[in-house]
Amino acid sequence: MTEVVAAPATAVTVVHGRGELPPWRLLLRRPTFIVGAAILLFWVVCAVFGHMIAPQDPLAQQLLATNKAPSGAHWFGTDQLGRDVFSRVIVGARSILIISFFATLLGTVAGTALGLTMGYLGGVVDIVGGRLVEAVLALPLVVVAFLFVVAVGPSPLTIIIVIGLVFTPLIARTVRSAVLVERQQDYLASARLLGENRAYIMFVEVLPNVLPVVLVEFTVRLGYAIFAIASLSFLGFGVQPPTPDWGADIFANYGVLPAGYWWMTLFPALAIASLVIAINLVTDSIEQVLAS
Amino acid sequence: MTVTETAAAGRVDDLTPTLQVEHLEVTHRVRGDDRRALRDVSFQIGRRESYGLVGESGSGKSTVALALTRYLPRNGRVTGGRISINGQDPLAMDAEALRALRARTVSMVYQEPGKALNPSIRVGRQVAEVYEVAGLDRSAAQDKAEAMLRTVQISDPGRVMGLYPHQISGGMAQRVVVAMALAAEPSLLILDEPTTALDATVEAEVLDLVAALREDFATSVLFISHNLAVIAKMCDRVGVLYAGELLEEGPAQQVFEEPRHPYTVGLLRCIPRRGQRKDAGRLDTIPGFLPSPGHTLPGCVFAPRCPIAEQRCREARPPAFDVGPGRRSRCYLHDATSDLPRNTPVEVQLASTRDPAEVVVSLHDLSKTFTHGGESVRALVGVNLSLERGETLGLVGESGSGKTTLARALLGLVAPDEGSDVELDGTALAAEARRRPREQLKALQIVFQNPDSALNRRHTVRHLISRPLSRLAGLSGARLRERLTDLVRSVRLEERHLSLRPSQLSGGLKQRVAIARAFGGGPRIVVCDEPTSALDVSVQAAILNLLADLQAKEQVTYLFISHDLGVVRYLSDRIAVLYLGRVMELGPAETVFAGPHHPYTEALLSAVPSIDGQRADRIRLHGEIPSAADPPSGCVFHTRCPRRLSTGVCETTEPPLAQVAPGHLMSCHIPIDQLTILQRTGQDGD
Repeated sequence: MTEVVAAPATAVTVVHGRGELPPWRLLLRRPTFIVGAAILLFWVVCAVFGHMIAPQDPLAQQLLATNKAPSGAHWFGTDQLGRDVFSRVIVGARSILIISFFATLLGTVAGTALGLTMGYLGGVVDIVGGRLVEAVLALPLVVVAFLFVVAVGPSPLTIIIVIGLVFTPLIARTVRSAVLVERQQDYLASARLLGENRAYIMFVEVLPNVLPVVLVEFTVRLGYAIFAIASLSFLGFGVQPPTPDWGADIFANYGVLPAGYWWMTLFPALAIASLVIAINLVTDSIEQVLAS
Repeated sequence: MTVTETAAAGRVDDLTPTLQVEHLEVTHRVRGDDRRALRDVSFQIGRRESYGLVGESGSGKSTVALALTRYLPRNGRVTGGRISINGQDPLAMDAEALRALRARTVSMVYQEPGKALNPSIRVGRQVAEVYEVAGLDRSAAQDKAEAMLRTVQISDPGRVMGLYPHQISGGMAQRVVVAMALAAEPSLLILDEPTTALDATVEAEVLDLVAALREDFATSVLFISHNLAVIAKMCDRVGVLYAGELLEEGPAQQVFEEPRHPYTVGLLRCIPRRGQRKDAGRLDTIPGFLPSPGHTLPGCVFAPRCPIAEQRCREARPPAFDVGPGRRSRCYLHDATSDLPRNTPVEVQLASTRDPAEVVVSLHDLSKTFTHGGESVRALVGVNLSLERGETLGLVGESGSGKTTLARALLGLVAPDEGSDVELDGTALAAEARRRPREQLKALQIVFQNPDSALNRRHTVRHLISRPLSRLAGLSGARLRERLTDLVRSVRLEERHLSLRPSQLSGGLKQRVAIARAFGGGPRIVVCDEPTSALDVSVQAAILNLLADLQAKEQVTYLFISHDLGVVRYLSDRIAVLYLGRVMELGPAETVFAGPHHPYTEALLSAVPSIDGQRADRIRLHGEIPSAADPPSGCVFHTRCPRRLSTGVCETTEPPLAQVAPGHLMSCHIPIDQLTILQRTGQDGD
C-alpha cells in the first residue's frame, strides 16, 4: 500500500473521484460537527469526572444559604435545600448520559436485527413484524414508558429497557427500508450463487451497507432518549432523589418559579437543551458526510 | 446589422453560423480546488448543419452542452473563451434574454425522457405549454400541440395528449420530448445521448425521426453521444473530445474512415467491426486511464496513453494542425496515425481441442410466469436450448424479451414454472440456488452488467475474490493464496488492488474483479449479462479480450447476453434470438448474421447503425414490444412483422421452431427460400 501512496501517478489512476478522504476526516472539516462534538465531549467529561470537577458537594445541604441567586460563590445559585445548582448540573450529566446511551444502544441493536430480518426474509416475517411496528408507533412514547415504569418500579435498568423496547420498532422500520434498497443489488444474487446462508448474507453482506443508516438512526434516537428520560424524571419516575439529575431537579424546583427562583429550573433545562442540540449537530453532520 | 437588431428580428442571414464556440474553458470548483473541465474547445455549427461530439465518460461532452445554455452546475463557470448563438453571447445575457434564448433559440433533449417530462402533468399540457410561452392562447396551443405530436409520428395524438408520462413507453416519451424541443422551431437543437436509454429498434426510429425533422425544420443540431456509429449516421461533421479537449474534428465520414489522431484511431480499433470474430483476432485496446479531473499535464492530454508519444508530446501542448479541408488534429504526429502500432497483439490463444458434441446444460420447456397485480405475465414460454462445452451462445432481443429471466432461471435465482427442466450433465437441477449442492453452484456463475451493484462496496477486493475460492473451490491457507494470485494475474489485476474497495477502482477494474469472482470456483458455465454495456468503448475491448482468452484457456461455456450485436457477433459461436419469451431463431452466429434470417432478426440487424456506412436494405419495426401479459395470437411477432403473410396464417397459428438448415432453427411461416429472395432484394412482404 505504501507504494501506491508514494507514487502519486499510480494513485491517481486507481483511486479516483470521491472517497479520497476517510469519512471521519470529512467530519472534522465541518464546523457544525466540531461545535456539537465539543459540547458533547464537555458533558461526557462531566459525566465521568463530575465529582472532581464540581466545586462543591452536590448533595451537601447548606440550610443557611437556601434559595440564593447566582453569585460568585454559587455560579448557578442554590436550591431550596441550599445545594449548589452548578455542581448538581455538572454531576447530573452522569445519570442521563449513561441511561440514554444504553437505552438507545439496546433499541438500535434490537431494531437493527429486527429490521434486517424483516427486510431480508420478507414474506410472513415482514407482514407480522410490520403490523407490530405499526401497533407500537400508534402509542404515545412517553405514556407507554410511564405505564411500564409504574408497573415495574423505577430504576435506571427499567428505564433503559423501556426506552430500548419503545425504540426497537422505530429503528427496525428505518433499517428495513434500507435493507429493501440493498435487496435489489446484484451482490446478494452473487452471494446466493456462492451458497452463502441467510445469516451470513444478512450480517456480513447487507449489514455493513446499512450501517450508515443505523449510525444516523442511533444519534437521532439518542436525542429523543434524553428528552424521554428527562420527562420521566420530571414526572418523578426516573432517577430518584437525592441523586443529582436534570429532569428530577426541574421537577423538584419548578414549584418555586413563581416566587422568582428561576435559576434552579433554568440551568438544568439549559443543560438538557445543550446536550440535545449538540447531538443534533453531530447527527446532521454525519448525515451530510454520508450523503455526499 | 448589430447584435441587438439580430435579436429583435429573430432572423439571421444564412452566413452567420448558428453556433460558434471559441477557446471555451469551463472550470468546476470541487472542495476548494479549481478543476478544469474543458480547455480551449473551439468549433462551429453552420446553418442546417449537424455536428457530433463524441467522447467517453468524463470527456466533458455534456459540460459543453450545459455551458452553451448556461445550465452549468452551481460550482461550474465559464473561465475563458466565447460562445455565440446566432450572433448573440449567452454569457453576457441578463435573465430575461437568457429565458428568451432558452425558450426560442436553443432546445435540449436529454438521455432520460422520463426525467424530462413532469410526471404529474398530462402530456398534451406539457407540449401545449411550449406554444403558450410563445404567446398563443390555450386552445390554439392545444391544436398546435396535437399537430406537432402527429409530426413526430405519434399515430393517435389526441389520445396520447390525455395520458400521463408514466403511461407511455420510453420511445414514445422521447418522441414527445423531441416534439417539445422542436415546437419552438429553435435554431439549435442540442441532443445529449438522446437514444442511449432506448432499445436499438426504438433508437432507430427516433434517429430516423430526428434526421427527417431536421430537414423540415431547418434546424442545426449538436448531437452528443458516446456511440460512434450513431454519430456517423446522424452527423455531417464530428468533434472528438477527450479529457476536456477537442482532439480532432472534421467531416464525419472522413474522420471515421481516416482518423488523424491516435485517440480516434484507438477508439475505432476498440470496436468489433465488419463481422470481426474472436477466433480471428483480439481487439485493440487503449491502455491506461483518463487523466484525473484537474490534472496539470503540460503536454498533450493523450500522451500518457499514446503508443507513439514523443518527448515533445509530453512537454508542450500540440496546436490544432490543419490536416485537410475542414479537418483539424491536435497531434504533432498526425501523419503517422495510419500505421499506429497496436497496444494489444492480434494473436489468439486458440482453444486446445473442442468437442462440439458435449452438451453441458440443456433447458427443456423452460417457462416462467410472473404474477403481477392479478395478471399473469409469461416472461418465458417453452424455451428449449442446449449449451455445449466451450462455446458461447449469444442471447439477443429487445428489453422485455426474456433474456435476463432465462439467465436467472438457469442460475436458480428465479424458480421456473412447474414442468420446466434445467439439466446439468443430464442431471436435473433444483429450481432454487439455495437447494443446489456445491458442485452445481460451482458449475454456474454470472458476470453482471453493473459492477457497482454486483460487488459489495463494503468488502475489499481480496475478500470478494477469496470467497468463491473458499466456498466453492474449498481452498484455504497457502493454497488459497496461491490460487488467488493466479486468478488476479489471469484477469490482469495487480496485487496492490487486493486491499482496495470497489469504490476505489475504475469501471473496467471493477468488472475484472467481478470476472475473477465468477471464475474463482472453476465454473463450467458463466452467464455474461451485458458485461460491457456499462463500460466505455476502450474498456469494453479489454474486457471482451479477457473473456475470450479465459474461455480459450478454461474451456468454459458462455451464455452471453447483450444488446450490442457487434459485441455478440465478436464473441458468440451460436445465437438465440428471443422475442416475448420465445426463441424466434437459433443457429450458428455467422448464419444468423448472414441470413436468410427471421424477419425479427432482420429488423434487429437493420436497427443497428454502423460506422462503416449504411446497409442497403433496411426494415423498420414500428411500435414497442407488446405486453407479455397479453401476447398477440398466432405468431407473437405478427403485430410488428414487416413481412407478415397476407394469407392470415401468421395471425392465427404459432409457427413451430423448425430446422431450416443443419443447426439453424427458425420460427416463421414464410418458407426459407422465399425469405432468402425477400431479404436479398429488400422487398416488403406481400
